[in-house]
Order: sequence, then C-alpha cells, then structure tokens
Amino acid sequence: MPPPVRVTARGADAAHAIAAGLAAAALVILGIYFGSRHLRDFDVALVPYAGASVFAAFGLGYRYAMWLRRPPTGLYWRRSWQLFFAPRHLPANIVRLARLAFDNFLAQKFIGRRAVKRWLAHWCIFWGCVLAAAVTFPLSFGWIHFETAPASLARYQAFVFGVHVFSFRLDSVLAPLVFNVLDVAALLVLTGIFFALWRRGLDRGALAVQQFANDLLPLALLFAVSVTGLFLTASTHLLRGYDFVFLSQLHAVTVIFTLLYLPFGKFFHIFQRPAQLGIAFYKEAGAASGQATCRRCGAPFASALHVGDLKRVESALGIRYATAAGDYQDVCPRCRRLSVALAQDALWRTHGRGPGKGTR
Amino acid sequence: MIEERAFFIDYARCIGCQSCVQACAECDTHRGRSLIHLETIDRHDSVQTAPQVCMHCENPVCAQVCPADAIKQTPDGVVQSSLKPRCIGCSNCVLACPFGVPRYFGEIDQMMKCDMCYDRTSTGKRPMCATVCPSQALAFITLDEFRRTRGGTAINEWRFGDHPVRTKVYLVVPPETPPLLQIQGLGSARPSGAFDRNDVAAWLEQG
Ligand code: SF4
Ligand code: SF4
Repeated sequence: MPPPVRVTARGADAAHAIAAGLAAAALVILGIYFGSRHLRDFDVALVPYAGASVFAAFGLGYRYAMWLRRPPTGLYWRRSWQLFFAPRHLPANIVRLARLAFDNFLAQKFIGRRAVKRWLAHWCIFWGCVLAAAVTFPLSFGWIHFETAPASLARYQAFVFGVHVFSFRLDSVLAPLVFNVLDVAALLVLTGIFFALWRRGLDRGALAVQQFANDLLPLALLFAVSVTGLFLTASTHLLRGYDFVFLSQLHAVTVIFTLLYLPFGKFFHIFQRPAQLGIAFYKEAGAASGQATCRRCGAPFASALHVGDLKRVESALGIRYATAAGDYQDVCPRCRRLSVALAQDALWRTHGRGPGKGTR
Repeated sequence: MIEERAFFIDYARCIGCQSCVQACAECDTHRGRSLIHLETIDRHDSVQTAPQVCMHCENPVCAQVCPADAIKQTPDGVVQSSLKPRCIGCSNCVLACPFGVPRYFGEIDQMMKCDMCYDRTSTGKRPMCATVCPSQALAFITLDEFRRTRGGTAINEWRFGDHPVRTKVYLVVPPETPPLLQIQGLGSARPSGAFDRNDVAAWLEQG
C-alpha cells in the first residue's frame, strides 16, 4: 500500500508544526523532571542550559514537522519506515541499519570519498560535538551527577538517574579523563575547525558558494563554545580561578546561542541526515520491485517504485507532466535531453533552412 | 553601463568537439567531474550532437521534488548544485528535471549539477563551457551581442506535458518562432517494424 501524499494549507502546516514543537519541548521538560528524580538531582546553576535546550527542542520539533509536510519529504519518510518495518525483512533490516549507520555516521565514509580534508574536518567536529553533547545534556538535565563518597573524600561516585553506577579515586587514571572530557571534546572540535577553515580558505569553489550565515557562522559558534570552555579549564588550573565567574557566563552565552541556532541553520542537517539511511532501503526495495522503462527509447531507467512515487509527488506539487497523451515522467533523462534538442532541430527544419551550421 | 550577459544555447551549432566536456571538469565548484551532457543524437533522428547545461529554471522542478530541500537558488536566479550536508542522494531531481540535467554520483552519495560556474559568473567571468566552445553553441553574451551576431531569436519559455517552465538560459530558434516551446517527449526513438539500430543502410533507406 503506497503511503498517502498529503497536501495541506500553509496555516494548517504551521499549526501542526507548532504542536510538534510543543510536544518536543514537553518531552524534554518531562525528561528533566523525571530523569532528575523530581528535580532532586537538578543543578540550579545549569538552569540556563536546560532552558535553552527546551527552546531548541521546540524549534527542532517545529522545523522537523514543517520539513515533513513537504510532499516529497513526507512520502519518502513514510515509505522508508514502511519498508524498514516490513515484518518479513525486519531482522535483516536491523542488521543492515547498523552497518549503514556505522559506515555513514560513525566512519562517515561517503564524506571521505568527497575529499580528505572535508572528512577530517567533519569527523573531528562530529565526534567532538557528540562527546560534548553526551556529557553536557545529561549533566544539565540532572540525569547524571557526581558526589564524593561518604566514606572517603578521595573517592568520587557517579550516579545516572539517581542510580550509583561507578566510583573512582581522585588519583586514579580515570579521574582526569572524567573531569577533562569536555576539554578533549573542545580540542577535537578546534582541530576540525582548523581543517574546515583550511579547506574553505583555499578551495576556490567553496570560496565562491559559501555564505557567512550558512557556512561560517556555525564554525564561529563552535569555535566560541570550544575556546570559552577551554578558558574555564585554564582559569581553574593555571590561573587559580581568575575571572572564573565572568568566563563561565561567557561560555554559557555561547552555548545558549548555539542551542538556539540549532534548529535554524546548518546544524539542522544533523537531524535531516538520517533520511539518507531510509533512502538506502528505498533504493534496495526499488531494485527488487522491477524497472520502469522509458516510453521513448524503451530502456529501463529507474525503479518502477520510484517513478510511481515521483508521479504522486509531482501531482501533489502541481507539476503537470501528465497529459491525456502520456506522462512526461515516463521519459528517461537522456530522452528528455534528446527531445529538447530535436524540438529545436525540427523548428529549424520547418523554417526551411535546415540546422544550417555556420549559416547563422 | 555594460549590459548583463546571458547564456544562449544553440544545439544546432554543436560540432561535437567535446571541449565543453573537458572544460566543465575544470570548474572549481566540482573539480574533476564533468557535469555537462553531450548527447550524440541517434543517426536515425538527426546527425546532431547536443550539449545540455542546467537551464536554471525560475521555479525549478528539481528543487520542488527534493525531499531534503538541498537545491537552492541564488538571488540572481542561478540554481545551485545540491548542498553537500543535505543531499541524501535520492535521485528525485535526476528523474524529475525536465531537461535531464542533474547527475547522481553513487560513490559520494550526492547529486551534482551545473551551477553556471558560479565561481566564475559571480565575478563577471564566462562559464567554462561557453569560454571554450569554438562554435559558440554555448554562448555567454549580452542580448545586444546576440542580436548583432545571430540570425535567430532566443526563447526561454517551455511546456513539458502541461507544465510551464521559464528558464534563465535561452534557446536559439528561428526568427518569428512562437515564444513557447512544447516538449512532449512522445517521439519514438524506436523506428517501427524490425530494425537493427546498427544497420546504417537501413537508416538511409528510411530517409
Ligand atoms: S534545468 Fe533541471 S536542474 Fe536545472 S534548474 Fe531546471 S529543473 Fe533544476
Ligand atoms: S538527489 Fe539530493 S538534491 Fe536531488 S532530490 Fe535527492 S536529496 Fe535532493
């Protein structure tokens, strides 16, 4: 059963998206409330971070819902899940999903094939951000917290959702890692930014098409977050807490700004990108479903599944390729190029001068 | 004031020299990958070769059908190649573009298309292909230069099936041609009856 292609009024889209945004924000609030054991483990000093996260959740929910309301997006989104959850294929699909996620997200092989510097930049920034997010969100939501052990001041205990998970001595190897994990993340991000700017500064193609708001502002934000974060460590360990309060406020401002920017700018691709995995399933299902043949040359040119879905997307978008005489969507890309050139050729022929190279 | 230059395409002038194909791969926004299409039109249809660049539609179908919202237009109406962070490689644009322009590259899982050499045209230079095309089948000139040097007229309105399209790139057609060109893609590439496509004698007999 093909999933429906929805066409709705813009107002209805916005109302729907606001509802989705509110639901996402509510989920985060509930997550904070229950995850921090009714706010018992919630650190009030981190309220600005938690607040910005709630706003970001609203923005992301809104934008994601708006994005899904576009006919092609909605169709492929539903199609991907439908194919993924097909009961007969589900076990194999789960294994396949794990492999695809490893190749595309953990190793990011496809970016490596685009360019090495791009891959280095992206990989470092990605893992730096993942590491930082894995620590800071649970911390500021009160999902994890640390306490000194009641029996010994030299032991630290880590709690997740109020459950004691592990403890370590302050002089153990683990301690500096735990306390400095955000510095490691910051250094990774800064390394990535270095490669990104190196590439962007030299690549004439990138120089021509990059835009400040889209391509450089995100790097500037990540740079600000990382550097101000490192300042905090420097202040604590090297400068005996010099200006710590000001620096921590500065750091908070950069983080909050980045969180608020998350749904609107380039960072939204983090949430869009997993659709790539859905498309991989879609292509496989298409290959198994039989091919559509060009009505002009008779050669197969795409999966019948894809062409059928595309026709429905086109009709939802008001693209009127279908006529009583036939559907232009049934013409393969090569025959489209030929048809256009031949149409011009026919005009010159009927004009009575033939194509007449060099005569015009 | 220098009149703004526009892109004119005249398939009939193409001599099939492949210069544009080579030059396209030198473009800085997609170095090493040639994105222009140079079709050898079957002898049965015509003796022609035809280059195809992106026509930079005003309301591009490629962008409308893109689920990832990866195809953007610059304020001056140039339809850019896919945004790398966004394109999920679904090939919707490849199949939907009325002119058959976008290409999908499986190894990098991304679509790329002609962006009118944005690195060059945005700084007043001509696109690579139009710079090297010896017959000026691909020409980046002012309307005034066009009128002075060409016998035909230039149109940029099309209808594919029932779908109207207006493009930034112009097609050169005979004078007094109506301004709208209808394309159905209905003409069969397969001649009727048993026919060996490699049999040149049979083509000639068919006229
Ligand atoms: S010619 Fe095709 S690729 Fe170019 S803008 Fe139009 S629809 Fe998009
Ligand atoms: S291939 Fe990329 S640019 Fe083309 S429609 Fe799909 S996501 Fe959009």
